[in-house]
Amino acid sequence: MNQPVLAYGEKILNESILYLDGVTVTFDGFRALNNLSILLEHGELRAIIGPNGAGKTTMMDVITGKIRPDQGDVFYHNQTINLATLDESEIAQLGIGRKFQKPTVFEQQSISDNLYLALKANRGIWAALSFKPSRTQQELVEQVLERIRLIERQNDPAGSLSHGQKQWLEIGMLLVQDAQLLLVDEPAAGMTDSETEQTAELLQEISGTKSVMVVEHDMEFVKALDCRVSVLHEGSVLAEGTHSEVQSNATVIEVYLGR
Amino acid sequence: MQTNSFFNTLLADSGARWFLGCLLALVTLVPILNGLVSQDSVLHIPTYAVSLMGKYLCFALLALSLDLVWGYCGILSLGHGAFFALGGYAFGMHLMREIGERGVYGHPVLPDFMVFLNWENLPWYWWGFDSFIFSILMVLLIPGLLALVFGWFAFRSRVTGVYLSIITQALTYALMLAFFLNELGFGGNNGLTDFKDVLGIEIQADSTRRGLFIISALALAGGFVLCRWLLKTHYGKVLLAVRDAESRSRFLGYRTANYKLFAFVVAAMLAGLAGALYVPQVGIINPGEFSPLNSIEIVIWVAVGGRGTLYGAALGAIVVNLAKTWFTGAMPELWLFVLGGMFVVVTVLLPRGIVGIQFYRDKLFQHRLKTPLKPSGSESSS
Repeated sequence: MNQPVLAYGEKILNESILYLDGVTVTFDGFRALNNLSILLEHGELRAIIGPNGAGKTTMMDVITGKIRPDQGDVFYHNQTINLATLDESEIAQLGIGRKFQKPTVFEQQSISDNLYLALKANRGIWAALSFKPSRTQQELVEQVLERIRLIERQNDPAGSLSHGQKQWLEIGMLLVQDAQLLLVDEPAAGMTDSETEQTAELLQEISGTKSVMVVEHDMEFVKALDCRVSVLHEGSVLAEGTHSEVQSNATVIEVYLGR
Repeated sequence: MQTNSFFNTLLADSGARWFLGCLLALVTLVPILNGLVSQDSVLHIPTYAVSLMGKYLCFALLALSLDLVWGYCGILSLGHGAFFALGGYAFGMHLMREIGERGVYGHPVLPDFMVFLNWENLPWYWWGFDSFIFSILMVLLIPGLLALVFGWFAFRSRVTGVYLSIITQALTYALMLAFFLNELGFGGNNGLTDFKDVLGIEIQADSTRRGLFIISALALAGGFVLCRWLLKTHYGKVLLAVRDAESRSRFLGYRTANYKLFAFVVAAMLAGLAGALYVPQVGIINPGEFSPLNSIEIVIWVAVGGRGTLYGAALGAIVVNLAKTWFTGAMPELWLFVLGGMFVVVTVLLPRGIVGIQFYRDKLFQHRLKTPLKPSGSESSS
């Protein structure tokens, strides 16, 4: 039951940024995750697709510590750190960043303040009381503002941004956070076609140095990401492979694409 | 962000400028009009009025401390009066020890109520309160410690919203019942009173009253500047982030419980200080100060004045208490209706309180649809 479903060799197992094995989460008898196993390599870009209720968001919740798994292992960084024993803030401090499905930025604070809140720094109270951004940190924030095209609006409240811009701000927050593993939930929702394309490019750019896991509904977007795809269904992995492999998989077509 | 420009940014905000300016005017004018202007002059301020104003300033500091946690951190404490009362009791204990042998029973050490209860020795928790410095420390530490322990359990367990409000209310109610007990050693339902001196100076003297008034005003100004500074730092930004999206802040790596706890402890200490300054000016502290109704009134002051601006809370405390003084004198039976009415009107019609007048005017005339509610003091519209 708890054997890894995927036939990964020992070597790759020790080079994983994220390793979920036999993870089960039950809500009132409903198995949101059912013996889920998944492995992400360092620097990998991975797309997760699946119908509603397949357990995509629950999986993100488990990785980021919002939900504790009933069973199974959740390991970070070459299987050295057991995420199932840590809370949200500890996991975030390890370098796991998350962008939510519904963009959640701090609406009443300025765009640049949102980035400073996310900026990698000591998260303690005393450090926060005396925090003053260094020259490099200011430059980093400016660079990211430039990259997410919000430099001109940096002093506006984040609540005044459009849905798509908020998505970009959240991605920008992940960038300044210097997360090693980025969990990105539906980044293309509410974006125009050109914005979607730019987002895909941005995520591709980020992967390589960082590992990125993208949950997405939009198949065009997943195709543009041009990466390995895992299909989730009823709380476990149904299929895994390239976009075209997955798209031609008979079971996948039956449960998801064919609908 | 830069701390050296903190005072520039503080004074760049018109609300803060007005607030500190008014306090400065009060500190200079009131003592002069009380002490130097002859009693026959229309400008003369009688001493009882000086103490009354000093009392309002203590309430203003108390309201400000509640605004720090409610307005900027989303913690609606319905038991904030407990910290005020504890600060008051701590300083009251010092004033009791200062009475010395001049009590009715003339006991050199024991306060009258202990002699009356046939107690032989001073309980251990009264030790040290003969020292002024020790008492001032306790004024800050006792409320701070209670807030630390209570907040640690509440925030760690992620108790928020209505549930948190209810347990803060229960806290102050429990303390009230405890302090009513004679056996506890705080004077039972009579509380602590009959104070004679403070720091060897007669407490009833006009000059002492003026001094207490000035100290209250300075404490209010100091509390205001301290809170403003806190909110200006990165810590303050995290605090707002926790208020608006606590779970999001956790995913950024912030231990939100600690951030809330820090603000809660600071607020409790400021409330304790307000209580300590209140007691010598009114001359008594009794368990009634712990009553849940008092704590609810503090919330109304803040709501009426305008939450999330600090000076709004202080203004609200003064306005509501002026109204209270007038109504309880002129038509006492109406007061609670007026208080309730104020709260309803503010909640329904003036969500930003009195200090939001500019905002309502803009809304009325320009029909600005999408002005986000911005409770931080940095309103650019003013």
